[in-house]
Amino acid sequence: MKQLMSGNEAIAQGAWEAGCFGGFGYPGTPSSEILEALAVLPEVYAEWAPNEKVALESAIGASLAGARALVTMKHVGVNVAADPLMTLSYTGVTGGLVIVAADDPGMHSSQNEQDSRNYAKFARVPMLDPADAQEALDMTKFAFELSEQFDTAVFIRPTMRISHTESVVEIHERKVLEQKAYEKDASKWVMMPAFAIKRRPLVDKRMDELTQFVETSPFNKLELRDTKIGFICSGAVFQHAREALPEASSLKLGFSWPLPQRLIQEFFDAVEKVYVLDEADQFFLHEIQALGFKPESFPYPLKSTGELSPRAIREALGLHLDQTAFAPIGNLPARPPALCPACPHRLVFFELRRMRAVVTGDIGCYTLGALPPLSVQDSVVCMGASVSMAHGFELAKPKDHNRPVFGLIGDSTFAHSGIVSLINTYYNGGSGNIIILDNRTTGMTGGQGNPVNGITLQNRASHELKLIPLIKGIGIEHVVEVPSGDQKAIRNALKESVNRADELCVTIVKGPCVVEYKVKGVQREVIQELCTKCGICSTLGCPAIGRSFDGYAFIDETQCMGCTHCEQICSFGAIKAVRGEL
Amino acid sequence: MDEHTTSVVLCGVGGQGTILAAEILAGVALNSGLDVKQTAVHGMAQRGGAVLTNVRFGPKVSSMVIDEASADILLAFETTEAFRNLKYLKKDGVLFVNDESIEPLPVLIGNEEMPKKPRKQLKELGAKIIDASMLAQLAGNPKTCNVALIGAFSTAMDFDEQLWIEEIKRKVPEKSIEANLQAFALGKEAALR
Repeated sequence: MKQLMSGNEAIAQGAWEAGCFGGFGYPGTPSSEILEALAVLPEVYAEWAPNEKVALESAIGASLAGARALVTMKHVGVNVAADPLMTLSYTGVTGGLVIVAADDPGMHSSQNEQDSRNYAKFARVPMLDPADAQEALDMTKFAFELSEQFDTAVFIRPTMRISHTESVVEIHERKVLEQKAYEKDASKWVMMPAFAIKRRPLVDKRMDELTQFVETSPFNKLELRDTKIGFICSGAVFQHAREALPEASSLKLGFSWPLPQRLIQEFFDAVEKVYVLDEADQFFLHEIQALGFKPESFPYPLKSTGELSPRAIREALGLHLDQTAFAPIGNLPARPPALCPACPHRLVFFELRRMRAVVTGDIGCYTLGALPPLSVQDSVVCMGASVSMAHGFELAKPKDHNRPVFGLIGDSTFAHSGIVSLINTYYNGGSGNIIILDNRTTGMTGGQGNPVNGITLQNRASHELKLIPLIKGIGIEHVVEVPSGDQKAIRNALKESVNRADELCVTIVKGPCVVEYKVKGVQREVIQELCTKCGICSTLGCPAIGRSFDGYAFIDETQCMGCTHCEQICSFGAIKAVRGEL
Repeated sequence: MDEHTTSVVLCGVGGQGTILAAEILAGVALNSGLDVKQTAVHGMAQRGGAVLTNVRFGPKVSSMVIDEASADILLAFETTEAFRNLKYLKKDGVLFVNDESIEPLPVLIGNEEMPKKPRKQLKELGAKIIDASMLAQLAGNPKTCNVALIGAFSTAMDFDEQLWIEEIKRKVPEKSIEANLQAFALGKEAALR
């Protein structure tokens, strides 16, 4: 049956059809929907792990036990999982093991644009690069076979345009598999030097065999049309190139690693001018050059950052470009994403800005607090960095630095990697202020469960991670929890934390995500006679609060969720519940 | 090979139902036997950011991305987003705009301003302006704005009316099917007027 599926849903379907035992992952755009789609299919196990390293290691365990396992993450997640990955390359697998690394060229929802193809080369693991949802399904299914045939993990690398594009797919039944019996084999699985030294040459041998294998794989597709011009590329870029140059010949690399040298030779022999197209890094270009081939240079530079498109390719080749008939409209207001009305993070941000704190931030919805008018975070680097960076800043800050320093982290991110950072600060006798924003969900990626809220992906019985006993268990004495909706309590807690200058203090600000838990109170309105036009309510950055042309505040009742944050910060009592309700 | 590919850009603000509208269109194209690709930039969209969705259909669709000056139709759910995305429209492309302006945060906090007289500017550009909120009210459910717009937009397409109706029934919550079908009919009527 033909139907529309996103690349992510197709990967889940492919894993399911391959008889995969289970999926492990950590949410991250554009990869999150894969495990969510897998989780609702029958006879398959799926779980969110606290981080990508744990997810991959659990999957390696399942593979060791003889079952097929899928691991999903976004590109930056591979950094976290890189430790097991590099040695998994030596151990190989028992049950098929497929790792999805979803790349985000153009950084639509990421902190960097790293290209996961480098990891395939680095770890000596083959990588498949789907160009549409059907291929995402077929490649995932095939990847499990390949994994077992060559005793290696296999990467699938969808880019955002594959993960988040729906296209037509045909689905099939689930394969019935007999799980392999477990056999102890220390020389394969115990990677201590004596054994690892013996595995090392096998890794190269496997790559040599895979290099032969990919020469004839149907996923690498050479198509001759006009032999004067041709292009080599993969994935979404292939679709753009077909559109930009419909008459040109093409070599589509379904395997982005290893590369099929003889097939590339055949293409260069048949086609006069060969162009190599890459998104993110010039990975194919450099590898193809390293093999001794001489691809053409573009007459105009091919854009080297962000996503490609048919137009970007035509532009680099100096071909005709249609021009828009519409003059640009000047000075349009930007429409950045904003914290939702009633977001439980807002009052903390308000207080931190008031204190003129230096705030090392982290990854999640609350990263949006870095935008005006809140403009709170001084840094955001990677998952968990807020806690460790606050430690480093605290140690190295100049003597005359008199602004308080806060590390600011969400619940899911704290469980991901903030815990270890906190242990480090305590272990090294560090002092400082840490805030954990516990909104009971993994918000930015769509409200997934995590260890702190104790909600599991397939709604199995679980446990909430109890933050206060956990942190006290580390040895930290000053741990307090305040409700996210109480401005005074937050202010007092932050003051107390700063006053304990030589201590490591943790403040947990707890309140459920309004989107995920559909929290709604009585809507507020502005009493115009009492409004002094001071504008303080606008500094909350709430999308429900605006100012009329004559300066008075107003509240958009279609957006107000009745959180009372604005009412609490208004010194003139000008904000009240609508229709006199209290 | 892509001569017959139709490119539709749908744009709006997170929460307006732009993506559902795009999915309805994609479903109709699929059920009329065409190849389809539908892509959206989302992830941060539910935080009130701009949403941009591309739907392309035809005998065989390659790229999922619609470049500037290549959309046959631009369907804007909000006036500022219509202006922002005009560049995607072909010279003789068709422009549908919902008669609604939503102030983004930089405007609300007084840092930036909305475009002046959006309706007049859009009319001069030849836009078909649809008052979807009013139509949704008439249909008895304010959440049916997006389907009212789809109704208006359907007049620019060759698909059989029955395909639209079936797809709407499949995609909207069961209890609002009737209101959505009503909104679709009203949108269609408004565009033909």
